[in-house]
Amino acid sequence: MSLGSGPVIYTTLDFDQPWTLENYLKVGGYQALRMVLTEKIPPEHIIAEVKTSALRGRGGAGFPTGLKWSFMPRNYQGDKYIVCNTDEGEPGTCKDWDILRYNPHALIEGMAIAAYTMAVKTGYNYVHGEIFEAYERMEAACEEARAAGYLGKDILGTDFEFDLHNHLGYGAYVCGEETALLESIEGKKGQPRYKPPFPASFGLYGKPTTINNTETFSSIPYIIREGGQKFLELGRPNSGGTKLFSVSGHVNNPGNFELPMGTPFRKLLELAGGVRNGHKLKAVIPGGSSMPVLPGEIMMEVDMDYDSIQKAGSYLGSGAVIVMDETVCMVRALERLSYFYYEESCGQCTPCREGTGWLYRIVHRIEHGNGKPEDLDLLLELCDNIAGRTICALGDAAAWPVQGMLKHYRNEFEYHIEHKKCMV
Amino acid sequence: MLSVQVQEKIERELRKYPADQRQSAVMSALRFVQDEKGWIESSDMADVANYLGMAQMAVYEVATFYHMYNLKPMGKHTLTVCTNLSCQLCGAEEVLGYIKDKLGIGIGEVTADGKFGLREAECMGACVEAPLLSVNNKRLCFRLTPAKVDQILAELGGQP
Ligand SMILES: Cc1cc2nc3c(=O)[nH]c(=O)nc-3n(C[C@H](O)[C@H](O)[C@H](O)COP(=O)(O)O)c2cc1C
Ligand code: SF4
Ligand code: FES
Repeated sequence: MSLGSGPVIYTTLDFDQPWTLENYLKVGGYQALRMVLTEKIPPEHIIAEVKTSALRGRGGAGFPTGLKWSFMPRNYQGDKYIVCNTDEGEPGTCKDWDILRYNPHALIEGMAIAAYTMAVKTGYNYVHGEIFEAYERMEAACEEARAAGYLGKDILGTDFEFDLHNHLGYGAYVCGEETALLESIEGKKGQPRYKPPFPASFGLYGKPTTINNTETFSSIPYIIREGGQKFLELGRPNSGGTKLFSVSGHVNNPGNFELPMGTPFRKLLELAGGVRNGHKLKAVIPGGSSMPVLPGEIMMEVDMDYDSIQKAGSYLGSGAVIVMDETVCMVRALERLSYFYYEESCGQCTPCREGTGWLYRIVHRIEHGNGKPEDLDLLLELCDNIAGRTICALGDAAAWPVQGMLKHYRNEFEYHIEHKKCMV
Repeated sequence: MLSVQVQEKIERELRKYPADQRQSAVMSALRFVQDEKGWIESSDMADVANYLGMAQMAVYEVATFYHMYNLKPMGKHTLTVCTNLSCQLCGAEEVLGYIKDKLGIGIGEVTADGKFGLREAECMGACVEAPLLSVNNKRLCFRLTPAKVDQILAELGGQP
């Protein structure tokens, strides 16, 4: 696998053991936390700096982080929490995995600064169950930070107190949804909650809680150390900073890359070694499996930032780029994805529970030569009846890939139905 | 009864959560039981419920909701293969087919000697190393090829 280092997050890759505290300190690690604590920087200033940076949530929805932090009630008496979402399970996405493996202290420092800002004493990091080795590394990094006085009581000799604990998931995609994740930490089934109330008022154990993605928290030390303006200038006006891109599928050199927001897709593809075996690029899912697919020709003109991809008809999402070459049958690809959403629906809402099953069964019968001409319109009608009518966004996530595939590759589906076999 | 080792591990987990939130340790408690005996049966769920002061039903809900728990014996080494899109594009189904042939079992089955069990999984969050599998939910093995599969099976003590 290849790994592209960058200025904000993948900063320690040149070391033999990138994950140690010692090496993190060599790249300016914990300077931001030290500055915040010793200079007693007012929390409003930190939030203002994060707003200036135009940092948007890296978990998929792109919500402005500074604004989210300002929702936490400052004068609330009693426990409050911050929670990190490392439940990376959106097919194609594995950037946060490499943060835990290679720079866990960036996350710890980012969360400590967030805790100071929101006057929180306890944080949890929810880790995807399948990446057990990364969970263990994160546990070790927290121990190391505790021993060195970056976590626990009297951090860096001040009266600031914050501790961070890791909670291992055990195989449920829906727990990536932030309220399902809270339920899961509480020791329950991971079923998303109705909103409102939002986590900022009723979160973990019913207390005010802020949830951010791993990459979001890990961007904070740079923003505080170098200034929000400098982070902003790394990227584009509405998309500050760098972004981690996971490039998987049909490329010669799959891997995670940290690049400025707005980097042309063309360049990213080149870094990932180009399409495998000299094949032709067919299609790309630009932001994790839930985002609509885009044809290769369109992608080759797109820049990797929120606005540019949205203009092209999809979303940046988690920044996971799934590359498909000319050998891919889109019906088969969609069949696999539809199965995934059907399997992972938590079953609370009828449109999602029933609808994902219908989507899967119809795409399955098309793939296996039993499709009917009216199936394609039926799929689209089902999508309309799922999207926007459910408790959480898993319903939309199931509908978008279907809509994207039918928008750009309807002919392949029609061919399958008519000829009972594949076009490619 | 939960073994002393499992109890000690649960105690360590409990320190992460507020004292009145013992239920938060249920996922790890079930994991520790599975690590020890390979799977979880209802008497284990009852033990965990007692230990954490939860209703048995609540433990059962958790054990059946999360996919990585084995609710039946799954062999000494449970191999779990990801077949989601990034892995599928890189040949996961072929690899899975190879493992099935080699072990002579299907998904959800265990070899006659009880050494290997086979499961299929959704995205494991390591897609750039596709195709991949996990061994007992602990160790991920990357970029699988038939030769690599042979090597893993041999290492784990199966026939080469
Ligand atoms: C089905 C589903 C799965 C999700 N999975 C993840 C995930 O794996 N990681 C993540 O950070 N956010 C995930 N999210 C988004 C979270 O709900 C939440 O928006 C995010 O963690 C907030 O952090 P951010 O503002 O820093 O992005 C998911 C949402 C849904 C609906
Ligand atoms: S949309 Fe689906 S996954 Fe989300 S709460 Fe409803 S049933 Fe559960
Ligand atoms: S699709 Fe297999 S690990 Fe993500």
